[in-house]
Amino acid sequence: MKRLLLLLLVAWLAGPPASHAQSPEALKALTGLAVDDGDKREAAVNALGTSRDPKWLAFLGALRDGNVYARTQGKTVEVVIGGAKSTRGDAELIEIASAYDRKPLGIVPVSSLTEIAADRRLRIAIKPFLDADETRAQLASPDAETRRGAAVKLGHQADAGAAAVVEAAIAREPVERVRHALREALALIRLAHGEAAVRILAAQSLGTLHSFDAMPALQTLAADAGASPAERDAARQAIRQIERWSLLVRTVETVFQGASLASILLLMALGLAIVFGLMGVINMAHGELMALGAYSTFVVQNVFRARWPEWFDAYFVVALPVSFVVAALVGVVLERGVIRRLYGRPLETLLLTWGASLIIQQGLRLWFGAANVDVSSPSWLSGGFALMTGLTLPFNRLFIIALAAVSVAGMYWLLFRTDRGLAIRAVTQNRGMSSCLGVRAGVVDAVTFGLGAGLAGLAGAALTQVGNVGPSLGQNYIVDSFMVVVTGGVGKLAGTILAAAGIGGLNKGIEPALGAVFAKVAILVAVMIFLQRRPAGLFATRGRSAEA
Amino acid sequence: MTSTGSIIYLEDVTVSYDGFKALSRLNFYMDRRELRVVIGPNGAGKTTLLDVISGRAKPEHGRVIFGDHTDLIPLAENDVVGLGIGRKFQTPSVFVNLSVWDNVELSLKRASKGVFAALLERDAAGERERIAATLSTVGLGGKASLPAGVLSHGEKQWLEIGMVMAQDPELLLVDEPVAGMTDEETARTGELLESIAVDRSVLVIEHDMEFVRQIARKVTVLHQGTVLCEGPVEQVQSDPRVLEVYLGRRRETADAHG
Amino acid sequence: MPRREAAAIAVATLLLVVVLPVCNALPASSPLHLSDFRLNLFGKFLAYAILALGLDLLWGYAGVLSLGHGVFFGLGAYAMGMHLMLEIGSKSVYQSALPDFMVWNQVKELPLFWKPFYSGAFTLAAVVLVPGLFALAFGFLAFRSRIRGVYFSIITQALALSAWLVFNRNEMRLGGTNGLADFKTIFGFPLNQPSTQRGLYVVTAVTLVVAYLACRRITGSRAGKVLVAIRDSETRVLFSGYSPARYKLFVFVVSAVLAGIAGALYAPQVGIVTPAKIGVLPSIEMVVWVAAGGRGTLVGAVGGAFGVNWMQSWLTTSYPDVWLLFLGGLFMGVVLFFPDGVAGAIARAATRVSSLLRRSRELSGTGHPRPEPASRSPLP
Repeated sequence: MKRLLLLLLVAWLAGPPASHAQSPEALKALTGLAVDDGDKREAAVNALGTSRDPKWLAFLGALRDGNVYARTQGKTVEVVIGGAKSTRGDAELIEIASAYDRKPLGIVPVSSLTEIAADRRLRIAIKPFLDADETRAQLASPDAETRRGAAVKLGHQADAGAAAVVEAAIAREPVERVRHALREALALIRLAHGEAAVRILAAQSLGTLHSFDAMPALQTLAADAGASPAERDAARQAIRQIERWSLLVRTVETVFQGASLASILLLMALGLAIVFGLMGVINMAHGELMALGAYSTFVVQNVFRARWPEWFDAYFVVALPVSFVVAALVGVVLERGVIRRLYGRPLETLLLTWGASLIIQQGLRLWFGAANVDVSSPSWLSGGFALMTGLTLPFNRLFIIALAAVSVAGMYWLLFRTDRGLAIRAVTQNRGMSSCLGVRAGVVDAVTFGLGAGLAGLAGAALTQVGNVGPSLGQNYIVDSFMVVVTGGVGKLAGTILAAAGIGGLNKGIEPALGAVFAKVAILVAVMIFLQRRPAGLFATRGRSAEA
Repeated sequence: MTSTGSIIYLEDVTVSYDGFKALSRLNFYMDRRELRVVIGPNGAGKTTLLDVISGRAKPEHGRVIFGDHTDLIPLAENDVVGLGIGRKFQTPSVFVNLSVWDNVELSLKRASKGVFAALLERDAAGERERIAATLSTVGLGGKASLPAGVLSHGEKQWLEIGMVMAQDPELLLVDEPVAGMTDEETARTGELLESIAVDRSVLVIEHDMEFVRQIARKVTVLHQGTVLCEGPVEQVQSDPRVLEVYLGRRRETADAHG
Repeated sequence: MPRREAAAIAVATLLLVVVLPVCNALPASSPLHLSDFRLNLFGKFLAYAILALGLDLLWGYAGVLSLGHGVFFGLGAYAMGMHLMLEIGSKSVYQSALPDFMVWNQVKELPLFWKPFYSGAFTLAAVVLVPGLFALAFGFLAFRSRIRGVYFSIITQALALSAWLVFNRNEMRLGGTNGLADFKTIFGFPLNQPSTQRGLYVVTAVTLVVAYLACRRITGSRAGKVLVAIRDSETRVLFSGYSPARYKLFVFVVSAVLAGIAGALYAPQVGIVTPAKIGVLPSIEMVVWVAAGGRGTLVGAVGGAFGVNWMQSWLTTSYPDVWLLFLGGLFMGVVLFFPDGVAGAIARAATRVSSLLRRSRELSGTGHPRPEPASRSPLP
């Protein structure tokens, strides 16, 4: 039903009054085509194109494609459109139809026709008419995004002739976002072509619409000595309005980027902080466990692409748990195999896990190659949510923020609401006593480390959606996540969360001013200064010193 | 302003950790050459009291005066040590990778314990004798060349007491010296502390009432960060308030102890 | 210093400072001839060994693990490299008085901070002072606020990352990713002459011996005992009247200066200084030299720097893919099986042999009963 309505809309938009269909100018132009004179032909194309009659435009399309012929009937030359060809005996036959309304004119030998060849010049002349027509047709597309794109394009073209079409489209448009773009396009067209009063209204409208696209035109108008003071004032006013809006947009954008970076840092630091806080192990291989998660995602993607291409979009849903499990398994092997022997010696575990990280990293490089691999986003993670004019929040970033939130919530639930969590916390506080009470400390260690490693895998899977996947993926982030852990302090998730938010926010906040590299240096300095006041991090437990 | 006889004087001292008041408007003082035992249930603020005196915890309120008029609050731990306040921790804390001899040598009182002095100075006259004397006092004369890491728990405790003695302090702070010791070791430790207290002041924190009775002349009972009562051991033991808060809580604290 | 140790040092000095360069000077036909390439390689390793000494002092003795010593090495190397760049003068490709990379980056005038490096004396001072002062400032902040253990390691790693990022930037006017290269002369001596390279080798070897003796002096003094004591119990050191922060700061600065000197000796022998020597990976590789050789023994650090790098130069040319696997395995193996490195393993074997000998003597009834051997306590 909707389809049908839209089709009707198309017909309504595209169908101009039939009166000028066979207008004398058009017919005259048509004969001009048959003449072997470039200028005349181009004039003919322009005449037909400016009619904006869809049937003439369809004719121009046929002309471009080389399907237009001239045939001489008596004294008059008639231009026809060629159709399907066939052969009978020696003769090659062709179906022909009339130029405008495509009435079938029967089947004739090809030899009786002269092809009107569309040379380069002609094709160039035809193109804008067809493009403009296409854009206008897109205004009737069932896809809102296509309609919006068309509106933006029309705004850029600022073709006076399109005003009516745009106006009509505004009246019919059900989606606010698209209507906004259409209004902007209309105002842009009017700003370009209207009278002084219309231009003032258009400028005001562009100001309230916060049209970034209109900035160049408005600036030209504001500086235009030929324009009236009222026009210039309106333009200046609009510019101010748009600039204020753009400041707001930039602020919101920075906050969002900060939140996005913070959630990435949090996802990475969460596993690190759990392993460090609960077991006192600095896991330098955490970054490589992330890389393992990322490569697991890559492999799952390839399997889906090869086996179940129709389910491709679902691959990421499968990849998340797979990444978790792969990294967790490697983590458990690492813990049971080697780290177990070094509890209570944090610096040695640090070196040991660094060694493990080199081996994993080089293993990945040998297996998958040194170059980055390609992980494509599922369609439901591409695109974004249009929060406000000029700001769209990408779905992949939103997804990571959500994933970080879910991971934190899950971690709280696990540690504070389950028996397993109780056992983990018990072993953390007093290993010996927990063992006496029947908690198997070894199992708890393995589970805790596996959990931390799994979180790294999850973070790695998430990173495939926003960054490059290569063997040294882990190296790029590991130092940052350690800064989060150090700043957050040991043993309190709240500290990690706050530190991730602080470092992520600060980083994105100063990046515009300092650039990425010096922002990083500034973060280090900030952390150093922060640690002057709280050497053991945000939420370190302080107390008396019974132990030396 | 302060009584001339006191070695340490705390007035109106408050220390809190993240909102929890470990000491709350505490007033406490000790005479020169006094051996004082501080008891109290867990969380009463005993160790925090030592932390405040030794410069480890900074009170948010109050005054801490050493001797006649030295304010301890702005000083770092090692400067407090330099003034003549030694501290022995609850768990033995010695340098396990150094020999017993070196442990004491490092602790000896010196004019300067700065980097360059330690780098350039030769051994002072009489240094060897003093180290040997200290070691024989704590009964480790025969183990001078062993690494401290191989000593038994009790021996490490004594070594640490010896190290604190080598600092020649005017005031010794001792935190639960007999925890984990055998009865015989406990008795010897008591004698050692009493002999030290002949010409110095000693402040001992202890849980073991048997041991307290052995060494104590005057006992201070802390409760919830303030002094509950003070007096000779018999008097304190029969004080009904002490029985209520201290002995009444002993069962709980024993459970919470871990 | 015991006589046997003194004799060993004298022999090693003779071998490194005299014998090897003489072998290099011999004609190629001689069976004892040491190629220029080899000698240059050794010179590089000896520079690394100087750095390893400082790192060992810091980690092996005081228990402070720095994962950022590449920065100090780099500061020394860049200081020397800047002077060598200026010595090129207009003999460079672009024939400008400015270093080539500046011409390339369209820098019109020599930046102010480059100018003092025209002076050789200033450069030599900078090699010591720049890393030293930087370590003083960084260490002051870190140790004053009692950042210790893994916290310190992580902070120094962040330092390495930051420094690497900064040195890669073109606007630092230090050559960006490509660094400083194409050196022609050092204090007027042409670098492409074998004799110059031999001279550099000798200077490096002598510096190593002097650095060794200086470190030995530190570890033999009471300050050395304080460093070990800090590793065991920082709190006890504090309550023995010492300021652990000052001792750590001292040894941190000493190790940074040694790293800077090592970098300055490295630069002319290798002929190029790039940020690649500053980052996280090279910094932690330096730690593995010390770990493999044996931390807590100065000889171990020197041997480790030599051994690991020799292995690296062999593996990276013959089996480039294997090197990182090997390095990772070395980290894990050393930590798990040889916590005190090769030097420690040798020392333990020697103790075992000598105790066997003694026991056999005891059995014959002459010796005294020996106390229990010291159990190895976990290093921090």
